[in-house]
Amino acid sequence: MLSLPILLAGWLLAGLSAAARADDHALVTRGEYLARAGDCIACHTNPGGALFAGGLAMATPFGTIYSSNITPDPKTGIGSWTADDFYGVMHTGRFPDGGLIYPAMPFGSYTKVTREDSDAIFAYLRSVPPVRQPNRPHDLRFPFNNRQLILGWRTLFFHEGEYQPDPTKSAEWNRGAYLVEGLGHCAMCHSPINALGGSSQSQAFEGGLIPMQNWYAPSLTSNKEAGLGEWSIDEIVDLLRTGVSHRGAVYGPMAEVTFNSLQYLNDADVRAMAIYLKSLGEGTPPGAEVSGIPAPEGSLLLSFGQTVYETHCASCHAKDGRGMPPEYPPLAANPSIQMESAVNPVRMVLNGGFPPGTQSNPMPYGMPPFAQTLSDDEVAAVVTYIRAAWGNRGSPVSSRQANELRTAPVE
Amino acid sequence: MSLTLGSPAAHAQATERAPDTMEARLRACEPCHGRQGGGTNSDYFPRLAGKPSGYLMNQLVAFRDGRRRYPPMNYLLEYQADPYLQKIAEYFAALRPPPLPQPVADVSAAVLARGRSLVAEGDQARGVPACSGCHGPKLTGMEPAIPGLVGLRANYISAQLGAFRYGTRTAAEPDCMQLVAASLTESDVTAVAAWLASVPVPPDPSPVPKGTLQMPLGCGSEPN
Repeated sequence: MLSLPILLAGWLLAGLSAAARADDHALVTRGEYLARAGDCIACHTNPGGALFAGGLAMATPFGTIYSSNITPDPKTGIGSWTADDFYGVMHTGRFPDGGLIYPAMPFGSYTKVTREDSDAIFAYLRSVPPVRQPNRPHDLRFPFNNRQLILGWRTLFFHEGEYQPDPTKSAEWNRGAYLVEGLGHCAMCHSPINALGGSSQSQAFEGGLIPMQNWYAPSLTSNKEAGLGEWSIDEIVDLLRTGVSHRGAVYGPMAEVTFNSLQYLNDADVRAMAIYLKSLGEGTPPGAEVSGIPAPEGSLLLSFGQTVYETHCASCHAKDGRGMPPEYPPLAANPSIQMESAVNPVRMVLNGGFPPGTQSNPMPYGMPPFAQTLSDDEVAAVVTYIRAAWGNRGSPVSSRQANELRTAPVE
Repeated sequence: MSLTLGSPAAHAQATERAPDTMEARLRACEPCHGRQGGGTNSDYFPRLAGKPSGYLMNQLVAFRDGRRRYPPMNYLLEYQADPYLQKIAEYFAALRPPPLPQPVADVSAAVLARGRSLVAEGDQARGVPACSGCHGPKLTGMEPAIPGLVGLRANYISAQLGAFRYGTRTAAEPDCMQLVAASLTESDVTAVAAWLASVPVPPDPSPVPKGTLQMPLGCGSEPN
């Protein structure tokens, strides 16, 4: 027969372990949410493959990098890592054995993640099914296959350290900055990339052509591009989380971010990101220069472009370019159309596309690809027209540019 | 609706909304697959209308996940979830636009006869099953996932048989079409494609119900 104290101790222990299990569950749930915010799945899961088993090929100017297995398999995944090891990777960009990680892993952003959040993500990754799948060696050209080169890159471009709140700004702004600069790793695309594959802090969020993908990631600081200074917070929240808004839609690589990451974030976090992003664009002039394209009646290109537009585009985007938002996005006053780089509007005309299917927009309206329908001259004319009509202020596009983008990779 | 700082007042005016229909959502499909998925004059783009929804769903998922390689389709479907793809599949499966005029076959009568024989009877000696064994006596397919073969162009059919053979188009295991395509010679493919493209589309191109046909080989896409 058990004595009362032992029974009591048993109850107490059972209570404690139940509480511990509840704590674990809460930690894992939080980690899953944060892993969504970090969009880990985009690189560490092959489409149609096992969750977080890696193996996704990523083309870089230096060769092909294959993402790694981050399931808890002890041999081929990260099953033998400790929370310290994981934080070390996130914070310092080094493997537990001290080896250097290629900066395709956005540790330049993840270094800003707090220890607490890193631990939660690690707990979540420990909870997913382990998958035995050995990592595929990278296929990098000489001299980039020498990991010691990463040391030089780190000296130039890597600044270790957790996010430091700006005490002059609101808690919401700081939360948004933490998510955008840290887990969101937005600067990986939205900053100019130099020939060394690095981006300097002073040019953070100034936009740039994404290497190998031939999509232009617009500047988040300039209102001439995707600077959101003139947008309402609600419009920014819609764009990020729903994928469509009354001002425009996400497309290309940004559709992936909304699909895999942003649609899962809660209202407070997306709102915080919107507040921070809006502040990045505030105070920059909305671009005073004129496009330099003569008035429509004076330009053959523009009147040709207008004919193409009214034949193929106006039924959705409307003759006056106002579209039918949010389903068919407006082109008038849409910064995405007028950016200095015309890569994105040309590619949208050639390839078409759907905004991502999201919880709040599960059945998006798609844009037809016109690559087969329109000639290079027609593409150039219609993109020139939409960049100049209705008060838009983009520069003209050449047939050669349209032709070059026909062969751009579409994935 | 919120007014935006610094934006023109016109911005806040109510604009027309897009129709809340699948047709309006799927205008992206029209340039290649025609209005209502009825096909176009282009040789390489298939008609979608009337194919079984299970087949269309399998293809949409295979394009999205890269199991069937065609970059323009892989790109369009990359960020769509299963429930929408299912709706798209059901939408096109239910449509019955009139068939397009069929081009006249540009092969000899002997090649057409060879194609007809392969389609209807296969080649038992070489282990090639008849197309009609799975795709139906009228070649309109079988629910839920075997497609009809009528109303398609010869170039599209031969391109698909090539894609099965070279692994750029794959399906759930056992991948029956990969086995069938691998057993065909180049001249078989030409003959089968020419004959199929010449078969008139029957007045009711609906697939036969599930289980109507005793399939000669196992097929991961059409579990019994």
